[in-house]
Amino acid sequence: MTNKQLEKLKELGNDIIKDIDKNKNPSIDVPIRTLANVQFNQKTKKLELGKKSAKRFFFNVGHAKKFLQTLAVASVSKELLGLDKNAHLRDVFYSIKRTIPNTDVNIVDEQSESDKAIEDLELISDLSREQLHITANKAGSVVGSVVIEDDGDIIDWSKLGSGGWSIPSTVEKVKFKKVNAKFVLYMEKAGTWERLREDRFWEKQKCIIVSSHGQTTRGIRRLLQRLNQEHNLPIYVLADFDPWGFYIYSVLKFGSINLAHASETMALPKAKFLGITADDIEKYNLKKHFIKMKEIDFTRLKQIMNYEWFKNNKEWQRQFKLMNSYKAKVEIQSLSSRGITFISEKYLPEKIKEAKFLD
Amino acid sequence: MSELTAVKLAQQQREVSVAEFFERNRHLLGFDNKRKALLTVVKEACDNSLDATEEARVLPEINVEIIDLGNDKFRIIVEDNGPGIVKKQIPNVFGKLLYGSKFHSMKMSRGQQGIGISASCLYAQLTTGRPLRVISKISPKHPAVYMEIGIDTKNNRAQVFKEEEKEWKKEHGTRIELDIEGSYQKGEQSVDVYLKETAIVNPHATILYTNPKAEQLIFPRATDLLPVQPKEIKPHPYGVEHGILMKMLQTTESRTLQSFLTNDFSRVGPGTAKEICQNARLLPNSKPSELTHPQIEQLMEGIKNTKIIAPPADCISPIGAELLEKGLKKEVNSEFYATSTRSPEVYRGIPFIIEAGIAYGGEQAGDQSIRLLRFANRVPLLYQQSSCATFKAITGMNWRQYGLSQSQGALPIGPVTVVVHLASVWPPFTSEAKEAIAHYPEIIKEMRLALQDCGRKLSSYINKKKRVGEAQQRISIFENYIPEVAGFLEALTGEKKEKTIEKMRQMLSKNKELIQQYKEAHEVTKREAEEKEDQIELKGAIEYDE
Repeated sequence: MTNKQLEKLKELGNDIIKDIDKNKNPSIDVPIRTLANVQFNQKTKKLELGKKSAKRFFFNVGHAKKFLQTLAVASVSKELLGLDKNAHLRDVFYSIKRTIPNTDVNIVDEQSESDKAIEDLELISDLSREQLHITANKAGSVVGSVVIEDDGDIIDWSKLGSGGWSIPSTVEKVKFKKVNAKFVLYMEKAGTWERLREDRFWEKQKCIIVSSHGQTTRGIRRLLQRLNQEHNLPIYVLADFDPWGFYIYSVLKFGSINLAHASETMALPKAKFLGITADDIEKYNLKKHFIKMKEIDFTRLKQIMNYEWFKNNKEWQRQFKLMNSYKAKVEIQSLSSRGITFISEKYLPEKIKEAKFLD
Repeated sequence: MSELTAVKLAQQQREVSVAEFFERNRHLLGFDNKRKALLTVVKEACDNSLDATEEARVLPEINVEIIDLGNDKFRIIVEDNGPGIVKKQIPNVFGKLLYGSKFHSMKMSRGQQGIGISASCLYAQLTTGRPLRVISKISPKHPAVYMEIGIDTKNNRAQVFKEEEKEWKKEHGTRIELDIEGSYQKGEQSVDVYLKETAIVNPHATILYTNPKAEQLIFPRATDLLPVQPKEIKPHPYGVEHGILMKMLQTTESRTLQSFLTNDFSRVGPGTAKEICQNARLLPNSKPSELTHPQIEQLMEGIKNTKIIAPPADCISPIGAELLEKGLKKEVNSEFYATSTRSPEVYRGIPFIIEAGIAYGGEQAGDQSIRLLRFANRVPLLYQQSSCATFKAITGMNWRQYGLSQSQGALPIGPVTVVVHLASVWPPFTSEAKEAIAHYPEIIKEMRLALQDCGRKLSSYINKKKRVGEAQQRISIFENYIPEVAGFLEALTGEKKEKTIEKMRQMLSKNKELIQQYKEAHEVTKREAEEKEDQIELKGAIEYDE
């Protein structure tokens, strides 16, 4: 397994050496990661990276530094693979951050630069970050009637108190021992997750509740995909009625432009949007909790409306149009105005029972 | 008794008059404080020397020496190789206020009112009690004359304390010596700076200077070409001021106002003279010396309301762009110079010419405001910079387009010296102190045009320099990155670092030549280059690094 990765990294180096020997400007082929090279595959319902790639040359002022950064992270990854150790993105940043002799130029100044170089390396080598032995922040919590084995420990997700199991950035090595659930409920907001855990919603509804406490990390997306694929659990997404909430759903379901190359291991084509919808707003009288949309919200909404995967979806288009007419958005937590446990006792059970999802 | 007192009083009044005149006007005459007084005395003496040598068509060689006598007393010695002064005139030149050859003439010259050197003499007398010592020789055939001169303040008359013939090995020239109270400080507005700036705009002059610290500075001439002698013209009515008009009316030989106007002014014929009289509501046959104050006012008003042709421009002698550049080159150590001389223009009927110069880079500090050197008729202006028209012209321009940084309404920042010279028969000043040029729109416009011309030359130089610098920098980027790349490649493949470095350096040196060739063959703008940057092969990549 590791051998394959080592081979790929060596190949990257050898290709450059070959260029030098042929007296050609040393270059690396980097697949392009912009919307222009990302397609929505109607069949698989996933965002996929196209075949376009750009050459990154060493003897080019605009490219030289990125060329150097790419090789720098590749050599760090090779070292990690050799030692069979994992390192965090931040560690990688520091291990290549230094000033180039005779200059006042640092190989990297910001972590965002090394992060980008790592994403490029994934594309160049066709290896995922996990395969390159590079990890990210762990983020998110999960509770449910599930028993797993992780790094030699047996863990029962239902017996971890108020914190739940915190999801690592790599879940590849997690083995599911026992999964006793009918569906997975994913939400972005930690507060909502806390609410549902305290109300033991997962126990009553026989489900797994996952929160990302912000941006959905790769670890969470992969975990959701594995639960969906290996245990056939439907994934329901609970997000705000706002363009950004919709986007979280969009990324989970179809993949993102920036990480289109990783869609294969992360996208959840079967995920469904549970709420908040415009119909919820009418039904539960949430209009009094409207938050006025700003200029930027409208722009985002317009972009989302025009996404290929939403364009021909009548139900979604209806939601977008309603939002446009409200000129307002609504947060999940506004449900608490109807009682603190309203969400776990009434809203969610009702919606799930009636199967009122947006697909 | 009371009659006696009145007489006494009258005597006292007369006695104080000249000294009092001086006291009242010391700020106008440049004696506001000790430091400025030292500068003013040197300045007056030098102005006279330069004017005199030029008039005699002699290349000026001026020796200035200041000796610290202690107790804030200084001895100033200024010696020139001018035509000398005839014996009879010496007392008047130095010992009588408002005496001079320049007062009535309308010609471009440094001094204007014939007040400076005698005021200096009076200042010396008032502060140290010592007379001015002068030695002058008009030709090798005549002996030199030595005199000690003071001012009889009672009668505004020269007082000669000593007069003798002396041996002086110079063929002709004048040397004066004054002891005054003053204070010496280096830096801005110092005598050192004044003489250095004088050397810039008088590239035909050699100035030797020994300052009170006994340091000798030599400003050698950069050209043997004397400035074109400006033609002397009579005053133009538009340029005349009340006081001068009054003086002219009193001293004229003309018997009627009309003939006074036609004879004593330029561009005034009988028709124009009649029109002026009409507009002034004065009779053309009034006697000039009998005009009263209100009538003089009327006459001024009449002149203003009459259309009079502009005076001829050959009364101005500019330095010339070429010589100005020579002057700058010898006194400001920079890497680039640009100068510009405009054609004559007219303000209020008075002709003037603007010249400007820029010295860029070299030893000048790049993080400070530019240095602005202002001149009027080849005389440096050291005070009141921010109220000067030159300052307004510069701050009103956008210097960013010439590659300098600048915040709104301020002097630009950069390693730059800017020279602005106004040459005119009557340079307009904001005040009698003659320290800042007045804000005439015509003058500011010309200054701006001259500076823009220099600015354009500067920006093309800066851009060129930038391009060359960038190409250099790019090569050094690659040079420094090569070992890094080779190191990472060794880590990935095991290929020896040294070997890779060697190969890559060879590739780079080959391409350096490409840059050289390219530079001669083409010129590609930077923007075009950046647009292409993404799709290039090795050869191309280096090519447009230029």
